[in-house]
Amino acid sequence: MVARGTPVRPRHARVGPIVHPQDAANVLDTGISLWFPAPRSYTGEDMAELHLHGGTAVVRSVLDALGSVPGLRIADPGEFSRRAFDNGKMDLTALEGVADLVNAETEAQRRLAIRQAHGELYQRYDAWRRELVAAMAKIEALIDFGEDENIEDGVYDDVCRHVAHLAADISVHLDDKRQGEIMRSGVALSIVGPPNSGKSTLLNKLAQRQVAIVSPIAGTTRDIVETTLDIGGYPVVVRDTAGLRHGSSDAIEMEGMRRAMDAARDADIRICMLDVQQALQGGAGSGFLETREWRALLDMPHTFVVLNKADTVEATAGAAAEWARAHGVGCTPVLLSCATMAGWDPLMQVVAADIQRSWDAATADQMPLTKARHRQHLRRCL
Amino acid sequence: PRLARSVATACRAAEGAAEYDVVVIGGGHAGCEACAAAARAGARTVLVTQKASTIGEMSCNPSFGGIGKGVLVREVDAMDGLCGRMADLGGVQFRILNRSKGPAVHGPRAQVDRVIYKRSMLQELQAYPGLAIKEGSVADIVLERTPGVDGAQLARQESAGAQAGAAVAGIRLESGETIHARRVVITTGTFLGGEIHIGLKAFPAGRRGEAASIGLSKSLKDAGFRLGRMKTGTPPRLDGRSIDYARMPRQLGDLPPTPFSFVHDAVPHAAAQVVCHQTRTTPETHAIIRANFDKSIHIRETVRGPRYCPSLESKIKRFSERQSHLIWLEPEGLPEHTDTVYPNGISNTMPEDVQAQFLRTIPGLENVVMTQPAYGVEYDHVDPRELRRSLETKRVTGLYMAGQINGTTGYEEAAAQGILAGANAGLAAVHDRAGGAQDAAPQLILDRADGYLGVLVDDLITRGVSEPYRVFTARSEYRLSSRADNADLRLTRRAAELGLVRDSARLARLATVEADMAQAQAILEATVHSPNAWAAKLGDDVQIVRDGVRRSALEMVRRGFLREDGAWAGARDAENVEQPARQQPQRGPDIAAVVPGWADVPLGIRRRVLTEAMYDWHLRQQEADVGLFRREESMRLPADIDYARIGSLSLEEVERLSAVRPDTFGAAKRIDGITPGSIIALLKHVQRQAVR
Repeated sequence: MVARGTPVRPRHARVGPIVHPQDAANVLDTGISLWFPAPRSYTGEDMAELHLHGGTAVVRSVLDALGSVPGLRIADPGEFSRRAFDNGKMDLTALEGVADLVNAETEAQRRLAIRQAHGELYQRYDAWRRELVAAMAKIEALIDFGEDENIEDGVYDDVCRHVAHLAADISVHLDDKRQGEIMRSGVALSIVGPPNSGKSTLLNKLAQRQVAIVSPIAGTTRDIVETTLDIGGYPVVVRDTAGLRHGSSDAIEMEGMRRAMDAARDADIRICMLDVQQALQGGAGSGFLETREWRALLDMPHTFVVLNKADTVEATAGAAAEWARAHGVGCTPVLLSCATMAGWDPLMQVVAADIQRSWDAATADQMPLTKARHRQHLRRCL
Repeated sequence: PRLARSVATACRAAEGAAEYDVVVIGGGHAGCEACAAAARAGARTVLVTQKASTIGEMSCNPSFGGIGKGVLVREVDAMDGLCGRMADLGGVQFRILNRSKGPAVHGPRAQVDRVIYKRSMLQELQAYPGLAIKEGSVADIVLERTPGVDGAQLARQESAGAQAGAAVAGIRLESGETIHARRVVITTGTFLGGEIHIGLKAFPAGRRGEAASIGLSKSLKDAGFRLGRMKTGTPPRLDGRSIDYARMPRQLGDLPPTPFSFVHDAVPHAAAQVVCHQTRTTPETHAIIRANFDKSIHIRETVRGPRYCPSLESKIKRFSERQSHLIWLEPEGLPEHTDTVYPNGISNTMPEDVQAQFLRTIPGLENVVMTQPAYGVEYDHVDPRELRRSLETKRVTGLYMAGQINGTTGYEEAAAQGILAGANAGLAAVHDRAGGAQDAAPQLILDRADGYLGVLVDDLITRGVSEPYRVFTARSEYRLSSRADNADLRLTRRAAELGLVRDSARLARLATVEADMAQAQAILEATVHSPNAWAAKLGDDVQIVRDGVRRSALEMVRRGFLREDGAWAGARDAENVEQPARQQPQRGPDIAAVVPGWADVPLGIRRRVLTEAMYDWHLRQQEADVGLFRREESMRLPADIDYARIGSLSLEEVERLSAVRPDTFGAAKRIDGITPGSIIALLKHVQRQAVR
């Protein structure tokens, strides 16, 4: 593809005409070419890179020219990394890191993935593996040669101490509030509350598009509506749920409510949404707010109470706090108006701050595990 | 086709004339087991040895068994082999090694009287039905082309590394006599191209005073086998009457001794057990050896010696910071047979005068008389990657190899390979004689999960050897189930199904053991209590979980709350060289105190049931591993893969895979230096081929 007769220096960029392999007179572009002979390349095999001017016609003509060479084809998605793995250039955790990096949608995900791709998890796990192998070697020496060779006393106790230490390390690594997995797959946030308190409106505002159908009719949302968002750089999976009320006899509505409660309980973060007018006047929730289930939700950590439609009444922060005290709500309610966006930024800030405090794995000193696969294997060690 | 038919007819005619089905060359530990196993399989077998008087010779240490090795002896015995029974007859001191550790790594070992062992073995073989013994030196192996294989096919197979189309037709003795047989087992130990070294002297010999096999070595080389060179050594022998034992720690046998053989309840010399003593080398010993490093050919050579039974020179070289190494003084037999003592731990190849000099720097040996100097032996071995799992060579049909010729060291390793090779040679011969279809003969094939014998064979054929190979427990990933105590449960029925167990009493005993174990287990299961009741019975020293679940005594043993450590204690532990206790001492009462009827269960059965119970949790985990292992073992690789055509393998991997030609994916994975990526590539390649 590059002009003949010029020496190719491995791993050195070279500017020049890019020509058709069957027809040197046919100059396709002027660009940079790089040559990486095996095994010092990304995949461990011989690799060449062509850097072109990005126009559609240029790229197509070069691809066509390459396609005319027998045996060349376009790589499958992930094939380069796959080959790097097959050729032992990368371990499985680094490969997972690369895949996560390609799929990263938020800044936190990107930072986490790049650490894993650079081998932080591998180094940690490999250090543990080496420790285990050393412990095994000592114990096996003791079993097989202990009686003949007078292996020093204390070897056994020493190994026991080491292994106990290792087990403690693994336990700490596992006891990470799933932060790596949560960062990777997104923080689960469920919006729950009585019908028509504005839950779907909040979801749509968050998504800045119509994800959920919004109507003034109570009970519009019957099943869970889900979308993935970026809040303050963190990936968040927001779930809008069916409105909760007491005394329904509609089978579909009851199933929706059951799912809503499950989604709320399983979420990492809950936004309990109330109509401020109904709340302050004590009429909110059609009786549901007095149930034990609802109280239990409010008592869970990472639960925020949002008093929506703040534009419809004269409500002050003081009045909201007073309401919270009177109803035994532990956190400070956030006053919000989805209509005027008043209170929007404070809500986003408290949610982002909570995520950062609890799950920001990207900046943690110790790289956390990021997949259930890692967790499963580590659990088996203990 | 006409030519092929006439060759086949000629072969059949020759077979009819042949007096024997199987020839076993060599009467060492591999040869003894091989010829007996072939005979048990029903093959007319002949053992060819230089001198009948050296059959069953223990050329080096006067003991059988040990850690790992003891399990091998039990496995051989479980398949109706000889060495366990012979060692019981000749045993003059019995010990379970590692008794302070868990029963999975207990290693039965016995000091054995050489004279009794050899005599018993000769008597056994002379009376063995279907077995003849013939004295003679083997000059050559007679080969012929496999009928029906044409030249082009042969070339293709050779280039792919598969068998070269040759088959065994018999052997030729140095006397010129030819013995026809279609199955030959070679068990020549250190005799193949053997050369003895003492100091700077070197002379051809297999053992001191016995001629090496030079012709056989050449004939294997001519047949195309890859040969390697290895070395080993044996310590000097001492006159026990010149040793001062007064200040040495003593090591006594167990009372009562635990026999090797599953068909023995007791051993003849239990009451007359000999004592071993411990002494050690001194800085003066080391100084003498160091000053004479240049006077040994052995140490200057690059040939690989045994890492796990190293010579004194190599110990002093490798561990230069150690001031002293242990020596065990082991009597070579009962006092009425011999005064000779075997000093275990100081094999060397120093000149005789240097040996006499350094021996006297060892405490207790100040006035010692050396009756025979130490010497080193160098010998040829065959690359065991040339072998199949049956120990038949891939290269020559009907040719089997067992023992040191495959690069192993140790009597037990030799005996174990011997029984396997002999059984397979015998089974194949009987199958041929009955006119069975080619390649359809029944075989005795053991995998890694079956026992140490399976591990031994798999290691040899997939990884080859770079130094004399011995077993120990770390070689087996399944050592919790591959134990000395359960070899009969693992292997006796397998062997019997192939017709390899001649002793019907052995099968009857196995049935009794199984029934007794079931009954003992039922006794443990019959005692069921609530946690509170257990707590009351076991006392405050045992912390049990009070979860309200009623549990049987068996369950309590599995969970470690109930123990009976005394079941493994030796009656003479107090008098013995101290053994450090590694486990937590037992708390609470013995099982018999809380389980009615337990005290009436025989000790051996109690041990076996408790062992199964205490490893219960781990054994279940291991079962899952075994399942995965067997799945990979069941994925066969075709024998004629051209590894060079699988693009993504490195040159080195192609070489290794081509040398081994693994028969399964599991085996390919175990070859050193094969990456997971290459295994995936191999899998893809084979799948693609299958589609075509």
